[in-house]
Amino acid sequence: MSDYSASAYWKANIKLVLSLLCIWFLISFGGGILFVDFLDEFRFGGFKLGFWIAQQGSIFVFIALIFVYVWAMDKLDSQYKKRPLKDDRENLKGGGQ
Amino acid sequence: MSVQMWTYVFVFLSFSLYIGIAIWSRAGSTKEFYVAGGGVHPLANGMATAADWMSAASFIGMAGLISFLGRDGTFYLMGWTGGYVLLALLLAPYLRKFGKFTVPDFIGDRYYSQTARLAAVFCAIVISFIYVCRQMQGAGVVFSRFLEVDVTTGVLIGMAIVFFYAVLGGMKGITYTQVAQYCVLIFAFMVPAIFISIMMTGQVIPQIGFGSELIDGSGYLLDRLDGLSQELGFATYTEGQRSTQDVFFITAALMFGTAGLPHVIIRFFTVPNVRDARRSAGYAIVFIAILYTTAPAVAAFARVNLINSVNNAEYTAMPDWFTKWETTSLITFEDKNNDGKIRYDGNADLNELTVSADIMVMANPEIAGLPNWVVALVTAGALAAALSTAAGLLLVISTSVAHDMLKRTFMPSINEKQELLAARLSIFIAVLIAGYVGMNPPAYVAQVVAFAFGLAAASFFPAIVLGIFQKKMNKQGAISGMAVGFVFTAAYIIYFKLINPAANIAENWFFGISPEGIGTLGTILNVGCAYVVASFTSDPPDDVQELVEVIRLPGEA
Repeated sequence: MSDYSASAYWKANIKLVLSLLCIWFLISFGGGILFVDFLDEFRFGGFKLGFWIAQQGSIFVFIALIFVYVWAMDKLDSQYKKRPLKDDRENLKGGGQ
Repeated sequence: MSVQMWTYVFVFLSFSLYIGIAIWSRAGSTKEFYVAGGGVHPLANGMATAADWMSAASFIGMAGLISFLGRDGTFYLMGWTGGYVLLALLLAPYLRKFGKFTVPDFIGDRYYSQTARLAAVFCAIVISFIYVCRQMQGAGVVFSRFLEVDVTTGVLIGMAIVFFYAVLGGMKGITYTQVAQYCVLIFAFMVPAIFISIMMTGQVIPQIGFGSELIDGSGYLLDRLDGLSQELGFATYTEGQRSTQDVFFITAALMFGTAGLPHVIIRFFTVPNVRDARRSAGYAIVFIAILYTTAPAVAAFARVNLINSVNNAEYTAMPDWFTKWETTSLITFEDKNNDGKIRYDGNADLNELTVSADIMVMANPEIAGLPNWVVALVTAGALAAALSTAAGLLLVISTSVAHDMLKRTFMPSINEKQELLAARLSIFIAVLIAGYVGMNPPAYVAQVVAFAFGLAAASFFPAIVLGIFQKKMNKQGAISGMAVGFVFTAAYIIYFKLINPAANIAENWFFGISPEGIGTLGTILNVGCAYVVASFTSDPPDDVQELVEVIRLPGEA
């Protein structure tokens, strides 16, 4: 991606953050709170599924989300570094919100 | 060796370690004092963040609370870990790129306003101070129970230790002691948990033991716990009691609050660059998750153990630990039917036993009959948790005073040496005040501590996130948002917790949201108010918009 500009960098960043936050919301507020009683119908071992997500599973997902973010941002940074920062300042203005 | 001897040995060893680190890591400049010179390895910072974060409340209190709350205890577990996702994705990398020393620094510069800076200083000091008092009180309880000194002496010893490494080393001393404290506290938490898991379920890993069958053949642990709870008239452990919207709001308030707590945020100023800040947030949540996924297992083990060992037992035949905790009034027994036996019952009129949530973790190894050295280890762990968090909070208070109030606002002419002296002096004074409050805890300390989260959620979290993601957010918007969020949240909590506690029932709450969860509504009000005000007032100046662009891009600050 040789035409990687600052505004594209920011857009890619926003897209990544939003998609990770969707998963974050679905697992914690969805699986752990809103749909917990429904998920409790399913069992594995000694756990009810909803209860397990609420007290264990969601935390494992949080860890995974942060590491995916770290990995994806490292990749994004290295793509972006192929172009010097100065050229992109102008691109960013107006397109940065 | 007796528990007492082992306790002295562990406490002495761990305290010597902290003092050794303090002497090795003295701070020579304000940059070292405020952000450890900005050269902390992300792995070390992850551990330090975990210790900074996991306080006496996490170590001593949380598993106990979950033990009594059952599934509702989830809001602590998800709230205090899910906030790290927000911190890692929305705040830490950008604040590191900004590259200053404190949270009020960012607020003041981003919103080009001394009023905003001072408002942030005020919020930071209030939040940190509420929080630090609880740490000191926690340390006092631990000392008085396990070292059999009185609470005052206990708090004095704690103060002396914190004072020593915080005043000498500032952030640098605090960081490396926190690394050591993390190792002590996680070891102290895990060893008893593993022992108990093996004893009860035959599983080495508590997270697996949590979902396994009991070794005595009475079925799965959680099913057994549900059964026991029902028999005794308590709520079913794996079912929720609170309303869904309340659990939702409390969880969100704790998450936003976690991401907005200044003592956690400033930890990310100490790593070399943006990349390391992201990495460091990842390590931090791993280190935190080790304790946080074990805690609910400990909660379930402890509850089963407690019920089995006390219910219908002869009062006079109770073991040593029971009597010892009775002397601290954290266990009370009242023989209502005069049969000499302990009746533990969900019905308050029949129940004869009250157990404070605070002792579940600390008494757990004794209840399970673990070896003396394991029991003693818990003391060292609890002290490490309380002291590491206290130190981080005291640093926030000190930097807010020395850097933001003096250097950046009222006395800009002071030189580096004077600023460093001011920072040391203010940490000294903060230790004294916190110590005094620890010795004479106001009755409501434990009550209000959870509200530090509500206040952080309703003030800092939106102001910082909007500052990064909304280039056009201006000072009028941010200041009015913080003011509205803070005042609304504080007023709601003060009303229900301090002024009129009798009215603190679900029928009186706004939309069924308890004071614990009101910070979420405060956050929403903050954001709404900020947008409305910003739409009527002028855009921020060009150099501020430029600053926002710079912190969004990768590369060195």
